[in-house]
Amino acid sequence: MPASDHSPAASLPGRAVFPHRHLTGIAGLAPHEITFLLDEAEQWVEANRSRSGNDDRLRGLTQINAFFENSTRTLLSFEIAGKRLRADVVNMHAAQSSVKKGETLIDTAMTLNAMRADVIVIRHGSSGAVRLIADKVDCPVLNAGDGQHEHPTQALLDALTIRRRRGTVHNQRVVICGDLLHSRVARSNILALTALSADVRVCAPSTLMPAGIERMGVTPFTDFDSALQSADVVMMLRLQNERMAGGFVPSNREFHLRYGLTLKRLALAAPGALVMHPGPMNRGVEIDSAVADHVDQSAITEQVEMGVAVRMACLDVLTRRARGVEGWA
Amino acid sequence: MTIALINAQLVCPVAGTSNGGVLMADKQIVATGTFAIPEGAEVIDCRGRTLSPAIVDLGVFTIDVPACHAGGIVRVGLMPDQTPVLDDPGIVQRAALIGRPGLWIHPIAAATRGLAGKDLAEMAINRDAGARAVGTGERWIADSGVMRKVLAYAGDLGLTLVAEAQDGGIVGQAVATAGETATRMGLPSAPALAEPLAIARDLLLAEETGASIHFRIVSTAAGFALIRAAKRRGVRVTCGITPAHLMLSDIAMTDFRTFTHLSPPLRDESDRQACLAALQDGTIDVLCSAHDPRGPEEKRLPYADSAHGMAGAETLLALSLGMVRDEVIPIERMIALLSVNPAKVLGLDTGTLTVGAPADLVLFDAGAPWLIDADRMVAKAGNTPFDGLPVQGKVLRLWKGGTALV
Repeated sequence: MPASDHSPAASLPGRAVFPHRHLTGIAGLAPHEITFLLDEAEQWVEANRSRSGNDDRLRGLTQINAFFENSTRTLLSFEIAGKRLRADVVNMHAAQSSVKKGETLIDTAMTLNAMRADVIVIRHGSSGAVRLIADKVDCPVLNAGDGQHEHPTQALLDALTIRRRRGTVHNQRVVICGDLLHSRVARSNILALTALSADVRVCAPSTLMPAGIERMGVTPFTDFDSALQSADVVMMLRLQNERMAGGFVPSNREFHLRYGLTLKRLALAAPGALVMHPGPMNRGVEIDSAVADHVDQSAITEQVEMGVAVRMACLDVLTRRARGVEGWA
Repeated sequence: MTIALINAQLVCPVAGTSNGGVLMADKQIVATGTFAIPEGAEVIDCRGRTLSPAIVDLGVFTIDVPACHAGGIVRVGLMPDQTPVLDDPGIVQRAALIGRPGLWIHPIAAATRGLAGKDLAEMAINRDAGARAVGTGERWIADSGVMRKVLAYAGDLGLTLVAEAQDGGIVGQAVATAGETATRMGLPSAPALAEPLAIARDLLLAEETGASIHFRIVSTAAGFALIRAAKRRGVRVTCGITPAHLMLSDIAMTDFRTFTHLSPPLRDESDRQACLAALQDGTIDVLCSAHDPRGPEEKRLPYADSAHGMAGAETLLALSLGMVRDEVIPIERMIALLSVNPAKVLGLDTGTLTVGAPADLVLFDAGAPWLIDADRMVAKAGNTPFDGLPVQGKVLRLWKGGTALV
């Protein structure tokens, strides 16, 4: 058994298995801590599927989803996760907040803290913003995406999807293709998948390839067809035009020609290779509909399902100390 | 007023290190070494501490008298990036006088109007108003034709151009150097190449026009290689660096602490090592603080949203002494980097312990330990990337033109 597949929950008591106060990123998590969160999420997958997902372990706790950047699916996923655990969920949108009136992020953090939230979920457009808030509040903070830095729950749900569909993450050849430069999903996934001993390839035009990415334990490619050889998992990323100043690629048409995942291209990967996308998809740009909707190989909707389970697990684990759970208090 | 400083370790960039004293009268140094103490002179026993020319800090952004005095600084070259920009004689003149008598401000006037990089500023009129150099500020003049005219015109006036060594087109909105650290942190980054690219163009233009150019901060191996070669060819080029760029690599940014948000951004370890090598081989001419105190309103923000800059004046001497203790440079060279060399860039006849020079002196205890504490700094703000670092070297006394400031 590889070290990354070791599940220490049985041998490590309570808090020792996951000693972190916040979840601001995958960076800093040991492989067994990632595995622990995935194991915890498994039970919620089954519970949600059997419609017995509602559990009242967060009853009486206040969960604030502070979203300083627009999001639909992640916000909804965290909201459903919190409600299924019976937390009192409050959503704060930046458009409705004092941020628009000039209030600083620190002031907002202190306000949230003064309201005695029990867990705060934050999305922000600037890298490191979640860490900044986490340092100022008394309750656990969950990163729902900060700038181009990290999106840890997305990486966890992706790893869970791969583990369930492929049996293990270990030794899986995963190709991450698209706008790597602006992608927090890519960074968190690289950290999580390499920690779990996957063979990770990244693919993008040089204009969208972050410098020094090979030092994160991945193999960079600029040619998608070469990267796809023997791939077990193909994870596509959209072009984040809203984060781009100036053109990084000549056009969507040309990007599709070189990096779009078509059925023909998918055939270069290993038979039955899993297709993933964190969404939202630009159909016809980075992925063709025939691939996105592939009955056997596309795991895109399953990723969404895993997202709720992973977020339930994270909310549960991070609030155990405050709830006085035995071994965690 | 005659003051006799005795029993000191004298460190002079010209005369070297010796034991003795300095006699000051009429704002000037009138004797050094061993001398007869005139009747009525105030005698100060330095008790073996180090006496050297006071520091000339080239390229500060804020007039911050307490911080400068704490750091042994009596003259500063003020960057043109002020509000309003130093591009008008009235503004230049006011800036030149604002710190006196405790601190002499030597304005670096904007080389182009509003620092916009388009039209030449009134360099001659601003020189007559007190400007000691002209500069591009923190901006890069993208138009090579304008830059050529700036250098040619400044050269006619005998003014050094203090230039920004970063290609603005490549830098864009970057706050970090492209590489593993910036990639892991997800920060907008630009390749270190932005620096040598800018230096290469400006060196060629300076060479062609015969003008004198000073790159305020250089921080890459490739940048130093270009300057080294240009100096060998006889190009009139000098360059500076801050202790932060010598002592910290981009690893220091990894906790998103905005006190490490500097311009140019911290480089990788190989470039940092190149900085140390350039310091040792004489390529670097000036050590500067780039003093730019920024309060929490500008620093307690997400990294990319925060203002760049550090409060460096009061730590400049102590951090520089650290490089002497680490045997990177001898103390005489350190003093030259802090006094006579920046003075030359500004065309000032100061920075040495020679008879007839202005009596700008600093007495310091090179071994006195203290802890850099951002919350307890005397600067207008304590944004230092060295917060918590134990250092040695404290200013005991400071004189400007023979007048005691500390």
